[in-house]
Amino acid sequence: MTILFDGIAYGMLLFILAVGLSVTMGLMNFINLAHGAFAMVGGYLTVVLMQRFDVPFLVCLPMAFTGAALLGAVLERTLYRPMYRKPHLDQVLFSIGLAFMAVASVDYFVGSQQQIMQLPEWLKGRTELGTGTPWELGMGHYRLFIIAVCAALTVGLQYVLSATRFGSRLRASVDDPRVAAGMGINVNVVFAMTFAVGSGLAGLGGALGAEVLGLDPTFPLKFMVYFLIVVAVGGTSSITGPLLAALLLGVADVAGKYYVPKLGAFIVYSLMLAILMWRPQGLFVRQGGK
Amino acid sequence: MIANTVVLQTHGLVKRFGGITATDHVNLTIHQGARHALIGPNGAGKTTLINLITGVLPPSEGRITLEGADITDLAPHQRVRRGLVRTFQINQLFSGMTPLETLTMVVSQHRGLGTKWWQALGHDKSVVERCRQLLEQFRLTDVMHQRTEQMPYGKRRLLEMAIALACEPRVLLLDEPVAGVPAGEREELLHTVSALPADVSVVLIEHDMDLVFEFAKRITVLVNGAVLTEGTPKEIAQDPQVKAVYLGHGEGAHV
Amino acid sequence: MQWWEPLVWLLAFATPWALPHHALIINEIAIVALFAVSLDLVLGYSGIVSLGHASFLGFGAYTAALFAKWIHPDPLLGLAVGTVAACVLGALCSATILRGSDLTRLMVTLGMALILFELANKFDGLTGGSDGLQGVVMGPVLGRFEFDLMGQVAASYSLVVLLVLFFLVRRLVHSPFGATLMAVRDNRLRAMAIGVPVSARLAAAYTIAAGVAGAAGALMAQTTGFASLDVFALERSADVTLILVIGGVGWLYGGVIGAVVFKLLHDVISSITPQYWTFWMGLFLVVLVMVGRERLFKPWTWMGRT
Repeated sequence: MTILFDGIAYGMLLFILAVGLSVTMGLMNFINLAHGAFAMVGGYLTVVLMQRFDVPFLVCLPMAFTGAALLGAVLERTLYRPMYRKPHLDQVLFSIGLAFMAVASVDYFVGSQQQIMQLPEWLKGRTELGTGTPWELGMGHYRLFIIAVCAALTVGLQYVLSATRFGSRLRASVDDPRVAAGMGINVNVVFAMTFAVGSGLAGLGGALGAEVLGLDPTFPLKFMVYFLIVVAVGGTSSITGPLLAALLLGVADVAGKYYVPKLGAFIVYSLMLAILMWRPQGLFVRQGGK
Repeated sequence: MIANTVVLQTHGLVKRFGGITATDHVNLTIHQGARHALIGPNGAGKTTLINLITGVLPPSEGRITLEGADITDLAPHQRVRRGLVRTFQINQLFSGMTPLETLTMVVSQHRGLGTKWWQALGHDKSVVERCRQLLEQFRLTDVMHQRTEQMPYGKRRLLEMAIALACEPRVLLLDEPVAGVPAGEREELLHTVSALPADVSVVLIEHDMDLVFEFAKRITVLVNGAVLTEGTPKEIAQDPQVKAVYLGHGEGAHV
Repeated sequence: MQWWEPLVWLLAFATPWALPHHALIINEIAIVALFAVSLDLVLGYSGIVSLGHASFLGFGAYTAALFAKWIHPDPLLGLAVGTVAACVLGALCSATILRGSDLTRLMVTLGMALILFELANKFDGLTGGSDGLQGVVMGPVLGRFEFDLMGQVAASYSLVVLLVLFFLVRRLVHSPFGATLMAVRDNRLRAMAIGVPVSARLAAAYTIAAGVAGAAGALMAQTTGFASLDVFALERSADVTLILVIGGVGWLYGGVIGAVVFKLLHDVISSITPQYWTFWMGLFLVVLVMVGRERLFKPWTWMGRT
């Protein structure tokens, strides 16, 4: 059960990290392999704020979000926008280039060692429930916190998508940008805001995840594969798809590493391969959707 | 017309997309040497029907036979090998290739040379000769070394048709061949269509009624995915149902 | 055959003997060039976006290394074995790249390479795990040419293999088979509509490319006497994609030129600082894509807008 719990925490974290990528792919049809760099920015921003400026952890989180979101907004307007029409290969090369630049810059300015995140006291510790395997449940407080925050964000995202005007504009733009533009929706603004929010969420995820996933300059490249798995399996036409895919991935990874450590990540990759062969458009695509 | 053999037939063909029935129990019969036109208002399902016949879309129900053989389960490229060839309403060309390269490739593929990897593309003399013929026939000789993406639209439309004929079709499905072609260049295209050999069976989708009545010996009218009626051009032109649905808007009906 | 080609190849063959102290890097360049040419077949001529082409490089390398170590040290035999093994793997994997979008293909090719990485890591009894497979001692080529310490024989050996395979692939792409392959790349729908069995074509091209990549891997293991896990790493697949893009996708010499430029630049820049290399490569990629890949060779277009 603890494994399930840890897996869910990991999965929710992955979801928050990857949801921006999924929406960007669905909306702008853009493969952004630099997405992990925004997460890294959020993580490093948090560490710097906490260590140099003694900013409390909870305050750092929204700052990580904002910092990454601002960066995302600026880059979208300047660098990304001309890329939307280019073929996928070009987008891949471009975003890998950005990721490389980010990785090298961080390595140069901050150094390549793992960053240690000092959690506030009230987030450390564990609560044990139940007895006898497999019903024992050891809940790390920090992981509980992660699940709570991510769940709240997910609910918030779902609300924005379905109940607000921006949400309906976004959904219209995903379905068909030309028609949306014809209806008077400023597609550019939708793109920019979506990209910014997606990057912000990644930044937040990076800050939240630093303790659990580790934080060093190779973060964007190491975890990019996982984000891509979430998007490829979960599809780009909803947010429940990536959510379920991320949870599946999280649980599979944690369970795999616990029960069959010799095979490690092999299980996750094989699972992904099998799923993509069975359903090349992802597991959770609407019938007749993109 | 001597032969009354049926070359292409659909039996109760149905295609559903979710809640929409795009093709509704269509029975189409094409005889050898046919000059058959398929007409109907926009959204009637004409292109869907062509896609079903050529295998691009799988049917929800029904069967298709080509020269007596059931081809419903065959892949598109296998149907082409059996002589069922189509053109596209929107040009589907190979933008980086020249007409010469394109046609050489198509003819080579058709003659079973597609797996030859050792010889150069233009090596086989008979292939080259056939290409020369096709280029002349379609007035493409002057642009034969120009990349397709640089060719004017009318020439591209000709190439579209040339590609289909390079496959030596026994049944040819033409999807709005003169769509978007400037009036001056239509003549070339129409001339080529009517010069097709008598044993090739042609099914034509068209909106241009002049062309339809000039070309077709038999017309099928499709409305909302189902066959409304079928008959000779004269019968169709006088059919009140057809007039109401389709011809009654002053499209230039020709009796 | 252009007029400059025989000259270029003659020059290439002369270099290990004219510049004996650089024979090792010449060998590396030849191997990477072969790998890039194999990727061109997949990416340039078939239009398949792959981030896992290193799967075949690595599979060829390990197979050849194991063959030399446990069965027979003859290089040409080992080369054949490595190539065939990679072909088989390619044929098996080709089923994965036929369906789905570019993103799907990216993921399955990437996944394949990652899985092979993990497998090689776990079966360390066979592969030496993260230490790599060491102590591969090769016999003399054709029974006469011993691999020397300077690497001149190795470089010449690799260049010969490169030349032979390069020309075979060249014949392939200029043949009807190659033309139909490019047709599939340019317009899959129309290719089907003219009778091209699209899946079979793509699978065949992928298999052949896998074999050529396997040959490059075999050369790598044979000339360095060593095979390590990083043959499967993402960096390999990414590097070779970059090399091909630098030299130009879709004309086979792109792989060769890209390999030369890349390797030389890498040597120069990474001796300054390793981090600089990653940064400048990233910057180069960004600028390259923004300017437009075709315009790389037309400097007079850099200032204007298309």
